Amino acid sequence: MAETDIVTYSVNFGPQHPAAHGVLRLVLEMDGEVVERADPHIGLLHRGTEKLIEYRPYLQNIPYFDRLDYVSMMCQEHSFVLAVEKLLGVEVPARAQYIRVLFCEITRILNHLLNLTTFALDCGAMTPLLWGFEQRELLMEFYEAVSGARMHANYFRFGGVAKDMPAGLDERIAAWCDQFEPFMDDLETLLTENRIFKQRTVDIGVVSAEDALAWGFSGPMLRASGVAWDLRKAQPYEVYDRMDFDIPVGRHGDCWDRYLVRMQEMRESLKIIRQCLEQMPEGPVRTPNHKVTPPSRQEMKRSMEALIHHFKLYTEGIHVPAGEVYVATENPKGEFGVYLVSDGTNRPYRCKIRSPGYVHLQALELMAKGHQLADIPAIIGSLDIVFGEIDR
Amino acid sequence: MTVETGPEIEAALEEVLETVAAALGDYLLESEIRRGELTIVVPAANIVRVLTYLRDEPSLLFKELVDLCGVDYPERELRFEVVYHLLSLHHNQRIRVKLRTDEATPVPSVVSVYPAAGWFEREAWDMYGIMFADHPDLRRLLTDYGFDGHPLRKDFPLTGYVELRYDEEEKRVVYEPVKLRQDFRNFDFLSPWEGMGELLPGDEKAQS
Repeated sequence: MAETDIVTYSVNFGPQHPAAHGVLRLVLEMDGEVVERADPHIGLLHRGTEKLIEYRPYLQNIPYFDRLDYVSMMCQEHSFVLAVEKLLGVEVPARAQYIRVLFCEITRILNHLLNLTTFALDCGAMTPLLWGFEQRELLMEFYEAVSGARMHANYFRFGGVAKDMPAGLDERIAAWCDQFEPFMDDLETLLTENRIFKQRTVDIGVVSAEDALAWGFSGPMLRASGVAWDLRKAQPYEVYDRMDFDIPVGRHGDCWDRYLVRMQEMRESLKIIRQCLEQMPEGPVRTPNHKVTPPSRQEMKRSMEALIHHFKLYTEGIHVPAGEVYVATENPKGEFGVYLVSDGTNRPYRCKIRSPGYVHLQALELMAKGHQLADIPAIIGSLDIVFGEIDR
Repeated sequence: MTVETGPEIEAALEEVLETVAAALGDYLLESEIRRGELTIVVPAANIVRVLTYLRDEPSLLFKELVDLCGVDYPERELRFEVVYHLLSLHHNQRIRVKLRTDEATPVPSVVSVYPAAGWFEREAWDMYGIMFADHPDLRRLLTDYGFDGHPLRKDFPLTGYVELRYDEEEKRVVYEPVKLRQDFRNFDFLSPWEGMGELLPGDEKAQS
């Protein structure tokens, strides 16, 4: 065979690659060490969630949302629950709203701890991962305290939350907050000004504000590019309008800025958690409308009507009025939206899940083009992708 | 309700709708403001024109395509709906644009307007078989390599048609038709008592 000049060659990155954060198959066309084209192949974790949802009563669909992005569980339940509540027109008691916000922010810290520390691991720093996962374990104990599960909580309900927080949990969370602040400072000394970490991330995967908008970015990815946009501020839901917090914004839109934005967001989340604990009123955690939430066990034993309500709720489920809504919440990864079409029966007609990671991964080629192969793990790490939500 | 649907929001949407109606009057098939959300329906052929206008008009600036998805209504003549959700960061507004199409008619791709539409359109093609004309790379996205059919269509069974397993003898993954140990059960929960309207059967005789 005659000798030929090979101009480009392709590299198959994944689907089983430790730095791919899941089952990402990335076909890279390389010119030497430089990436010419990046074609992500997704869908290796596709479980047909949207199809399954169409075949389940509304209540049975909440657990599917835990399993989408399996590191920000309750935030996703939140979008779905809000969408159904919007169709039903149900009021949520104040205490339940505070509990939801409290746990959404706990989830945000859970998610950012995982992302930032694994991102650092991809760039060669191992200690943050070990430190961060210890804190994650403590947070998952709070998850367990309210829902019985460390991760897949299935805690939010239409019209409230499943159960009230156990006694004493607020003090435990407050105590955790006090030790988390010094932890954050320690974590930052390891990473933020670390020479190797900065060499790997500064000016890597730069996205301008215009590009970020055109490619549909949201959440920390958009804010790192310099757009101060946060749904918690812009379109506040639950009690976020009563919270005092800031939106960290980056300037360059590179991997390091995305890291800094997430780091700062954890501090802001801590503020919100403290305010929630302070302001949380006493009271019921579920709306008293028994067409939507089950009556208490005690009531059920005495009242025929309550028994009927309970029976109807758990056999037939909730009938949601016909119509369509799109509800988005600010998830740790970005805008997580649920487009729900109801035809008036007890099952959704169509439930489209808009996951932020899907949109961010799509722009990988934009970010990776012209960079070296070794920069790809840094870029993927800074995208904060989890395949549960991308493949659905 | 914990999601805002106040009168101010409706009034702001009313304004958006007026602007849109003034500019795209001929294209506007239907419009609706419900639950604090604005929906407009446009003809499939004009979608690129409509979205370009919504993106560039200074009083709207819907610069972000948040979501694009298909919905299947098999009983309709034009069975598919393609739903675009747009977001304007400048004016803090959302709008939903819909169009209707069938299996045979391609919808113009909006990748030229919003690059973010690329994967969304691939997904809609994959899941529903909605064709997008001029899409630079209309491959399947989420389903398996070599998958046949469009799984989110209402006439596609939940269990699918093929299943796969690792075969010890052949030392590879083999595909087989789905075998169900138990029939797939789909319960109908529509209660005849709740499904009935104001008029009870037989009452119409008394009124006529």
